[in-house]
Amino acid sequence: MIIIAERINGMFTNVKEAISGKNKEVIQELAKKQTDAGASYLDVNVGTAAADQEGTMQWLVETIQETCSTPLCLDSQKPAVIAAGLKVINAENGVILNSSPLNRKSDEEILDKYMEMAQNAGPKGSIIALTMDKNGVPQDIDTRVAIAAEIVQKAMEKGFDTQRLFIDPIVLPVKVPNAQVQPGNMLAAMDQIGMLCDPPPHMTIGLSNLSQGAVERSLINRVFLAIAVSHGLDSAIVDVLDGKLMDVLATAEMLMNKQLYSDSYLKVYASGSGG
Amino acid sequence: MTVPEVAESFTGSVNKVTLGATKEEGGTRSRTVTVGGACNVVYGGSVEQAGEKPVIAMDVLDIKPTDWPDVLAEPYKDVLDSPGEWAKKCVEEFGADLVCLKFDGIHPDKEDKDAAYAVAVTQEVLKAIGVPVVLWGCGNDDKDNQVMPKVSESAKGENCLIGTVAEDNYKALTAIALADGHKLITAAPLDINIAKQVNILVSDMGFPLERIITFQSTGALGYGIEYAYSIQERQRLAALGGDKMMAMPVICDVGYESWRAKEAKLADAPGWGDVGDRGPMWEATTAICLLQAGVDIIRMRHPRAVAVVKKFIEQLWNREA
Repeated sequence: MIIIAERINGMFTNVKEAISGKNKEVIQELAKKQTDAGASYLDVNVGTAAADQEGTMQWLVETIQETCSTPLCLDSQKPAVIAAGLKVINAENGVILNSSPLNRKSDEEILDKYMEMAQNAGPKGSIIALTMDKNGVPQDIDTRVAIAAEIVQKAMEKGFDTQRLFIDPIVLPVKVPNAQVQPGNMLAAMDQIGMLCDPPPHMTIGLSNLSQGAVERSLINRVFLAIAVSHGLDSAIVDVLDGKLMDVLATAEMLMNKQLYSDSYLKVYASGSGG
Repeated sequence: MTVPEVAESFTGSVNKVTLGATKEEGGTRSRTVTVGGACNVVYGGSVEQAGEKPVIAMDVLDIKPTDWPDVLAEPYKDVLDSPGEWAKKCVEEFGADLVCLKFDGIHPDKEDKDAAYAVAVTQEVLKAIGVPVVLWGCGNDDKDNQVMPKVSESAKGENCLIGTVAEDNYKALTAIALADGHKLITAAPLDINIAKQVNILVSDMGFPLERIITFQSTGALGYGIEYAYSIQERQRLAALGGDKMMAMPVICDVGYESWRAKEAKLADAPGWGDVGDRGPMWEATTAICLLQAGVDIIRMRHPRAVAVVKKFIEQLWNREA
């Protein structure tokens, strides 16, 4: 499982304060703690804390890489912010650009831009592409799959290795009127996305969005994560500091035969060496 | 029709492990041997991805074997009671890459030899040959825990491969092997989940994963080889998938297991062919089958079987071909 750790995000109060006060320690501590907890990548999102998003992205990247070599997942809907981060990043161990829709009303070529930036970032540059287009986030299964198919096709046409492509079928909060059908729709879409090419593209989700506003946040997140693993999910943006969630993930992967069982499987999973 | 490209890319690889220490490295070996390093399935992918060539460790026992069939004892008849000479013969005449000194004699049910005896034999063998040495206990936990730490200490600095440790008996030997700078063999009874667990336990004691060779147990041709085969195969796939707890090179015990088979040793069996050929063939076939499942070090006994397997390895790993 390619685990992307979500905590370095300006939407969180302590990160927001750290950004505005240029407090490196908070960021570096989060980078280290999330790495120790099993993160394969660290998501970096400037949030809304600073007016200068590009400068803030660079400051975050540099701050993290001063103490930590875990690859980063640059998280912004603005190509310019991603490009700014790429200018200062060491992408030797990989980088994920997070994320682009298939297209936008204001920018039909947005996905091309992300793919190009990932190509130029080195042999391990990847992107997350959302099953979303200029009409917004689809609510049904078929449109999700159709958009994913267009994304995969575009990657193939441009010679972009589909192993560097993460499809995000977009998790919506379950606590929204009439939204309870969405988790099921997403799983059904994932079953089909897994068949778009061979080997299939990676599939990732921003898990925490699912439980937005709900009371049993952690429980909802981890149950859905376990189900999604059985539908081919091989990456997720999660709170790696949630120990129970990580245990569920290790168990789900073990039950799906993604890692060998041993009596200490939970422990080796958390240490990031379990496979 | 064009042949589709089926190149697989794996995230992990088998660790490379070097055995033996030369004078410059603090030992007395004339050469070292490196195994492992494969980053693809066996015989899959490019030549470079195959890693290091598999090697043969020829068995030398610490006492004169009493139960070896004539065909097996014959090539060693002059040296069976002299482990040093025996080891020398394996290296100089039969081309052993490594020598595996097997301490049968310390077993309480055999000659119950003490640690002083085992240490003396270890020294004798180390002095007689220049190749790296494998030091293998008798299989009785209590006796191994008494004797093997002393053996380890006496070979300190030689970077030997010592074992075996198991899920329910690993602490004593792991600690001493760590202190004496040896590589360690973790053993499991044809059970890959236990194999992984032993590696985790040993690594919890601070023993580096990069210094471990795994022994999954071996079944000879006709006697469970398929279990050994599928476990080796699964271990390789786990290593390639990035499971660091399963990324060790592998040792198997073909000599002992093959010569337990009645087909290998029964003299009075008309219709089974010449007993002089049968045993070496049984051993060679077992070894070659396991090579195809991905093993790195093969313990062997009969020189004719060794010759066949060496030739097989040379042909397949010939980089110029």
